[in-house]
Amino acid sequence: MTRLEALRAVYDRLAGCAVVTIMGAVAAELQSIGHRPNFFYLQHAMGLASSVGLGIALSKPSLPVVVFDGDGSVLMNLGGLSTLARYRPSNLLHVVFDNESLLSVGGFPTATGTCTRLAEVAAAAGVPRTACATTLDEFVTEFAAAQDARELTTLVAKVDAIGPAAFVTDLGLLENRFQFQRYLQTR
Amino acid sequence: MPVSAANSQVVFDALKANGVRLMSALPETWLVHLIRLADDDPDVTLVRLAKEEEGVGISMGAHLAGVKSAMLMQNHGFLASINGIVSGAQLYRMPLLMLISDRGGFGERDPWQTEGGAVTESVLSALRIPTRRLDDPAKVTEQIRQAQTLAYSSNRPVALLLTRDLMWEES
Repeated sequence: MTRLEALRAVYDRLAGCAVVTIMGAVAAELQSIGHRPNFFYLQHAMGLASSVGLGIALSKPSLPVVVFDGDGSVLMNLGGLSTLARYRPSNLLHVVFDNESLLSVGGFPTATGTCTRLAEVAAAAGVPRTACATTLDEFVTEFAAAQDARELTTLVAKVDAIGPAAFVTDLGLLENRFQFQRYLQTR
Repeated sequence: MPVSAANSQVVFDALKANGVRLMSALPETWLVHLIRLADDDPDVTLVRLAKEEEGVGISMGAHLAGVKSAMLMQNHGFLASINGIVSGAQLYRMPLLMLISDRGGFGERDPWQTEGGAVTESVLSALRIPTRRLDDPAKVTEQIRQAQTLAYSSNRPVALLLTRDLMWEES
């Protein structure tokens, strides 16, 4: 599956959720489907998207939060998985697009391509629900199940290491940040 | 324990009085009372971190969601958080209220703290982070209020250095 297919397949399920993405391809592809005020793209600070999601989830326990993370970013903040698990906010769905490479910064392979299994890492960290999807059908099924479960979930989606031609979009970083904050004020 | 329980209480009360409802922390000797106070207070969510940089992301999320937060860390934790501060909080104009125990200065007995102590203020200055040293308990309440006020009006990180004079009773 491609990440773009996966994002398209769950796009309608993001309505009403606070959505936090990592930088690069994930942000550009979600914007290519259609930006919404409830989407925040953390265009740098690699590793911290899940931490931002945790901060939102703990601050607004009734608001569903979806984080679109990546294998390279998770590997930069593996300790963050233990923090997620420790506080296990039931309103947080942590999706990890695992393309086994640092695609947005040159495509170098990460350890998930050879040895590290992130869903198992998350489970061992104490995340109560984990899954690894390798097909689009599996991903959609697991995403819906995680939303229904209302329990902290890390869902790893194995995706192809391909992305958009360009990562910079016409949405300003601060424009996005303040729009997202205003959206959260209404929730 | 020679960490000042009384002055830790002053700091904690000032944070609460200024509406701080979420505190992230990674333990260090000078912070033990503060962290315990946060843990025991039902009005405060304490998030115990694996690494201090996570606290930058958590405070960013809390701010976006309308919750005032503070970060409790040692200066080495601040040094470990710099990319998050620069490419998270500063890039996205997020207020951070950082309370940093300033280890490694005059009076420090632990050799491993001394390099960090020598560079902390220079690094804060290089990052253009407004910084004030807290050393007088009589002024702490007002200084914390002022720091938080600037953090929110400027939408930027600010730092308060918890000094040996404030936090340690034997010196």
